[in-house]
Amino acid sequence: MSKEPVAVTGIGQTKHVAARRDVSIAGLVREAARRALDDAELSWADIDAVVIGKAPDFFEGVMMPELYLADALGAVGKPMLRVHTAGSVGGSTALVAANLIAARVHGTVLTLAFEKQSESNAMWGLSLPIPFQQPLLAGAGGFFAPHVRAYMRRTGAPDTVGSLVAYKDRRNALKNPYAHLHEHDITLEKVQASPMLWDPIRYSETCPSSDGACAMVLTDRAGAARAPRPPAWMLGGAMRSEPTLFAGKDFVSPQAGKDCAADVYRQAGIADPRREIDAAEIYVPFSWYEPMWLENLGFADEGEGWKLTESGVTELDGDLPVNMSGGVLSTNPIGASGMIRFAEAALQVRGQAGEHQVEGARRVLGHAYGGGSQFFSMWLVGSEPPTS
Amino acid sequence: MPEVLKAPLAVEFPFTRSLGPVQSAFLTGLRERVVLGVKTVDGRTLVPPVEYDPVTAEEIRDLVPVATTGTVTTWAWNHEPRRGQPLDTPFAWVLVRLDGADTALLHALDAPGPDAVHTGMRVRVRWAEERSGAITDIACFEPYDGDDTEVTVPAGEFENPVTGIVAEARLDYTYSPGRAQSAYIHALADRRTVGERCPSCRKVYVPPRGACPTCGVATAEQVEVGPRGTVTTFCIVNIKAKNLDIEVPYVYAHIALDGADLALHGRIGGIPYDQVRMGLRVEAVWTEGARYPDHYRPTGEPDAEYDAYKELL
Repeated sequence: MSKEPVAVTGIGQTKHVAARRDVSIAGLVREAARRALDDAELSWADIDAVVIGKAPDFFEGVMMPELYLADALGAVGKPMLRVHTAGSVGGSTALVAANLIAARVHGTVLTLAFEKQSESNAMWGLSLPIPFQQPLLAGAGGFFAPHVRAYMRRTGAPDTVGSLVAYKDRRNALKNPYAHLHEHDITLEKVQASPMLWDPIRYSETCPSSDGACAMVLTDRAGAARAPRPPAWMLGGAMRSEPTLFAGKDFVSPQAGKDCAADVYRQAGIADPRREIDAAEIYVPFSWYEPMWLENLGFADEGEGWKLTESGVTELDGDLPVNMSGGVLSTNPIGASGMIRFAEAALQVRGQAGEHQVEGARRVLGHAYGGGSQFFSMWLVGSEPPTS
Repeated sequence: MPEVLKAPLAVEFPFTRSLGPVQSAFLTGLRERVVLGVKTVDGRTLVPPVEYDPVTAEEIRDLVPVATTGTVTTWAWNHEPRRGQPLDTPFAWVLVRLDGADTALLHALDAPGPDAVHTGMRVRVRWAEERSGAITDIACFEPYDGDDTEVTVPAGEFENPVTGIVAEARLDYTYSPGRAQSAYIHALADRRTVGERCPSCRKVYVPPRGACPTCGVATAEQVEVGPRGTVTTFCIVNIKAKNLDIEVPYVYAHIALDGADLALHGRIGGIPYDQVRMGLRVEAVWTEGARYPDHYRPTGEPDAEYDAYKELL
């Protein structure tokens, strides 16, 4: 028996900001969930199950969100699951929800991811004082910067490529009312003049710290037929993981990422992602990860990803727009960041992306990664239902 | 087998919480010696109040005062109070249904012993002397033998509502790095770097984890690596971390010690930070009594060819 096709019929986000002091975490997730239901024109009673994801527990000190947030998400009397895969969690949460529909376990599922970074400190959460270990590192930027340098050495990319990504994403964010950073006076010169934090990563090439939530309503073919607006259809979805550290790990282009993308393309019947996919919303917390992931995802040959960025292919009006929403570089409630990528892909193929809409986007990739480049989750969504 | 190391690890952080309208009213009420519940769609009163109806999922905001007297619905005796608990002498954990409420609140009951506690007993709030808008504004409950119910009704809106709290969290662990890493750390005391070889793929892991993450088999064969190695990649850290006593800028590098199949991480010294490069040959610099090399410095050898370490990136 074939799988049930999965459709996205509702999408909701909060306006992402540095601090939402006016709402509790329950109030924050509720706002996104309510907007997703409104978009799908459904009520709480129409939801069969809730699948929730968030960042690692020490990042905000909420250990059991599924317990605390059941009331706020109308989950009483329904199955409620929590998914946990570090920074990729927003993507894998959506995929767990999608799989419940594909397997015909449920007809309509609410999926949601969130984080209130203002109530905690992710850098602290990443640098616990583990006994017998030598403390050396300051945050995620210090972890990823050596891998960026390795990419630059491997490909010979000019050192301006990172600033081009940041300049593009911050301008895209100006067209997205939900994005956190709205830097109206951004210029390429300002990006290039911003201080080096973890050389080769500059301040303006790093993601902000945000409070926000993102929710989606996923449903089956019957649910999609009742939807008031065009649905997005899942054409392929996959997750992969690998250890943080092992002999032979390629931090620049992890095997798990390549395998995950290949699985998605196989499901969707994509032979040439560069030609057959119209746009991509990928998890780029530090600017250089755009060219790195373009190669890992098969949009460019090894060593060639930076050329797509440099030649403007990934601009909003380019041939392969990347991070139309402004990306993680403009909005980063860590636990929600993966789902925001998935939701942006769905918005694009539904034609609902507003000012940052890519004309005629029919197939768009949503991508997330997490941990020490060890968890990957991706989906490809389309404007037409899957044919097989 | 050498001693497996153990040490305490305290994970401690003052998380903050924005309260939202309902918790804000509840905690502000406690500060003013008023207990507020919330009315559900089906007419019940929930104490402590919640923001969303547990049955219909609707937003609920109808806050009503309930009594500061109530009835114990169940309890458990706490023989040995721990740090941070409401009372420092033995007490009962109780669920108290306050008069006028349909649900019970968890708190402490100050009682001389378990014989003095029973389900169905009447209790009342003992307010803390100093109140700030926190659940601890109720110091505890105490036995109550009056017949009345005591309700304090607020006189209009509260001034200066409490909008956030600090939720101090602390977890105490006993951390052990395990057999393999303990052996690695013991060897470092002799200024030797000892990894372990996977019996299947033959890769040498430094530091060892006791198992090969690729093959999933235990590692046991110890292999001394170094003392020299190659900088495979690095970054220059320009921001000072609060918990780190290292002057910036400094170079944080991945160093593949000779004989190791993956890089470990260390600081590079003895060379200006802007002259560090991929392929630089380095060796450990030890300080007296330290568990780890203080940093790595150039050996003066010619740089390693890129091809010699590119698989270790």
